[in-house]
Amino acid sequence: MAKVTNILLAGVGGQGILLASEVLAEVLMLAGYDVKKNDVHGMSQRGGSVTSHVRFGEKVYSPIIPEGEADILFGFEVLETYRYLPFLRAGGKVVVNDLEIMPPSVATGLERYPSGITEKITAQVDETKIVQGLTLAVSAGNARTVNTVLLGAISNMLDIELDLWLRALEKMVPTKFLAENLKAFELGRAS
Amino acid sequence: MDKVILSGNEAVARGAYEAGVKVAVAYPGTPSTEILENTINYPSIDSSWAPNEKVALEVGIGACLGGARSLVTMKHVGLNVAADPLFTLSYTGVRAGLVLVVADDPELHSSQNEQDSRHYARAAKMPMFEPADSQEALDFTRLAYAASEQFDTPVFVRTTTRIAHSKSIVEQGVAVTGLPEASLERNPAKFVMLPGNARQRHHVVEDELKKMADWACDQPFNRIEERSSEVGVITAGVSYQYAREVLPEASVLKLGLVFPLAKQLIRDFAARFKTLYVIEELEPFIEDQVRALGIEVIGKDCLPICGELTPGRVASAISGLQPTATYQHDIALPNRPPNMCPGCPHRGVFYNLKRLKAFVTGDIGCYTLGFMPPLSAMDSCICMGASVGNASGLNKVLNADEKQKVVGVIGDSTFLHTGINGLMDMVYNGSTATLVILDNSITAMTGRQENPGSGFTLAGEKAKTVDLELLCRSIGVEHVRTVNPWDLEQTRQVLQEEMERKAPSVVITRGPCILIKRDVGQRKTPLEIDPDKCTGCKACLKIGCPAIEWQPDAGERGKAVVNQLLCVGCGICDQLCKFDAYKVVGGSVDSEVKNG
Repeated sequence: MAKVTNILLAGVGGQGILLASEVLAEVLMLAGYDVKKNDVHGMSQRGGSVTSHVRFGEKVYSPIIPEGEADILFGFEVLETYRYLPFLRAGGKVVVNDLEIMPPSVATGLERYPSGITEKITAQVDETKIVQGLTLAVSAGNARTVNTVLLGAISNMLDIELDLWLRALEKMVPTKFLAENLKAFELGRAS
Repeated sequence: MDKVILSGNEAVARGAYEAGVKVAVAYPGTPSTEILENTINYPSIDSSWAPNEKVALEVGIGACLGGARSLVTMKHVGLNVAADPLFTLSYTGVRAGLVLVVADDPELHSSQNEQDSRHYARAAKMPMFEPADSQEALDFTRLAYAASEQFDTPVFVRTTTRIAHSKSIVEQGVAVTGLPEASLERNPAKFVMLPGNARQRHHVVEDELKKMADWACDQPFNRIEERSSEVGVITAGVSYQYAREVLPEASVLKLGLVFPLAKQLIRDFAARFKTLYVIEELEPFIEDQVRALGIEVIGKDCLPICGELTPGRVASAISGLQPTATYQHDIALPNRPPNMCPGCPHRGVFYNLKRLKAFVTGDIGCYTLGFMPPLSAMDSCICMGASVGNASGLNKVLNADEKQKVVGVIGDSTFLHTGINGLMDMVYNGSTATLVILDNSITAMTGRQENPGSGFTLAGEKAKTVDLELLCRSIGVEHVRTVNPWDLEQTRQVLQEEMERKAPSVVITRGPCILIKRDVGQRKTPLEIDPDKCTGCKACLKIGCPAIEWQPDAGERGKAVVNQLLCVGCGICDQLCKFDAYKVVGGSVDSEVKNG
C-alpha cells in the first residue's frame, strides 16, 4: 500500500484547531491527494483536550491515525503536545506552539503545571520546531491568528506549493480577517 | 461535478437534497446535529428543530402521509425517545420515502451510553444502511429513499461519530426531478393501525424484509473485494476502514445494508475461507446473525464490545500483541476535562447548590459539567428529562429532613424536550421537590441550536417563545420564581426558601448562554485582581472559572490572577472576594457588572 502521511493536531478547545485542520485538509485536496480528517465535537469543545487527525496519500482508509504512526505532531499547546507524543512514529516531527494553558486542576491550585515539558519533547524528538505563535500573531495584527501562524510553520514541512495554501486560506477565512491571516501565515512560514 | 471535502453529516444533507427531500426535522444531538444545520442551506428543504425526537419523527411521518420525501435525524439515545412511533411506522410503511438517520457514539465522546442502534433495525423490522465514509453517506442516503419506496418501509441510515464527523472527498450528484407533488390521499387500511389493520400489515412487513434480503445479494452496496484466498473479513461502516488498514491482504465482504442481511451472499462468501473474521464496533450484531447461519467466525471472542474500534485496537485484538509506543511519558500529566465557559450562567447556581448541600438530580446538557470539581454538585444524570422524575421518586421515599435537600436541575431545552411531563407528575402526585430550570435560552451543549423557548427558528427567523413561568403555573405549580443566576446572594436565598417549602416549586435561573452570538452585549469588560489586595485565600477558585488562574509562587502563599483573554466580566468571582481585590480593567466593579 502506498504510504499515507499522518498529521495529528492537538491542543485545547477554543484554540482554532478545527479551522486549522479544515484548511490543511483543503490544501491537501487541492494538491491532488486523497484526504481524510476527523475531529470530535461536543463535550470536548468546552476547554477540554482536543485533537484532529489529518491523513493524506494516494488512498486513505481509516479516518483516524493508527496509534504510533503520526508523521507530524502539530501541537497548539505544550502540555497537549506532550500528552499525544506516544502517537508519533519513530523519526516523526513535532511542531509546538510555545504556549501553556492551565488545565482546571492547575488553575484551581490542586496541581502544578508540569515544568520543563518542551525540554522533554526536544530531548526525545530530534526534529522539534518551537513556534512563538502568540508573539507572531500579535505582530500580524490579531492575537487570534495563532492557528494560521502555526499553519505557516507546518507548511514548510509539506511539499505543497505556496499558491495552494493561499488559495485555501482565501476560501476558508472570512474576508474581513483575510489580510491579517495571510500576514500570520507568512510570519509562521518564515519562522 | 467538482470534488468537495465533506463531513459525513454534510454528505447526508447533500444526499437528502439530491433525493428531493422536502422536509427535514430533528432534535439536536451529538454527533448528528450538523445534518440539519446543513439541510437548512438547501432552500428546497423545509428544515426545522422539533422539541424532541418523537415529535421530529411524527412530523416526518406527516410529510410522508402527504406524499413528500422526509428526513428525520437524531443521536442514538434520541432514537429511544422516538421508538414509539418508530415501531408502528414500520408496519404502516410509507407513501413517499422516509429516512431516519441515527448517529451512534461508540467510546461515548459526548453521550451517556454507547448503545448499538443496529438492534433497533431488527427490533422495529426496519432496513438499515451503514456508510463507511462521506461518499457512501451521500450515496446511501439517496439510495435509502429509493429503497424506502421500493419496499414500502421507512429506512435507517446509521452513522457513528467517526463517520458523522470525519471529512473525506465526495463527488456530488444532481438533484432528482419529477417527484410527485404532495397531496392528500386517504388509505386508512394502511395508515390507521387498529389491530385489524396492523395484523394485516405485519405480514406485509415480514414479506418485504424477505424480498429485501434476497434483493441485497446482488446490489453494489454489498460488495466483495477479492484478495487473499485464505483470510476473509465481513465488515461494515467505519470498521471496514480499520479492516483495510490492519488486514490489507484479506478478501472483504463489505456490507452496505446491515439489516436485513444478504444471507445467501454471506453463505457463499464464507464458504471460501479457512479463516473468517467479522470486524464490527460495539455489539456482535452481524456476527450473531452469521453464526446463526451455522458459520464459524472470529469476532467478539477477540475484538472488544466496549468502546470504539481503532486501527490499533483491531490490530492488537487480532495479533494478541500490545503495541509499544516509541515515545513515552515519564511523569503523570494533569487531565484536561471540559469545563463550563467563563461567564456561564450555570456556574453560580451549582456553587450555591453545593453550599446548600442539595442532593441534585441532574439532566443532559452543558450543566452536566456541574458534576466536575470544584463545583461537584450533581448526584444523578440518566437521560433527557430524568431529573424531574428522579426528584419526585426520591421525594416519595425520604424522611422529612432529607426530602428538603432534593433538587432537580434541568436546562430550558431539556425541560421542553421531556421534562415537562415529569413536572406534571410532580404536581399531580403531590411531590414537594424543587425543580431548577436553568434557562439560558438556547440548546447550548450541542453548539447553540434554537428551541421553542429561544425565540428563533433553525432558519434564524423570529418565533413565538414559550413562557416558562406561565407554563409551570398552568400545570399547577403555585410557586414559580425567577432569579438572575449571576447574582449569587439572590440565587442562594431563593433556592433555600424553595427547598424548605413543603410544596412543589420551580426556580427559573434566567441568563442567556454567554456564547449566543446575537447577545454579544452580555460580554463585559474583563476583571483584574489587585495583587496587593489578593491574600491568596482561594475563595474565588471554588467556582472553577477557567479565566481565574492560580499562581502558586506569587506572594507568600500564592495569588489568583485573571486571564483577560478568557474573562467576560460576569463578576461572580468578585462577589466571592472578601478583600475587594477584583475590579474591572481600568475601573471598579459596578453594580451592572455584578448583575450580569
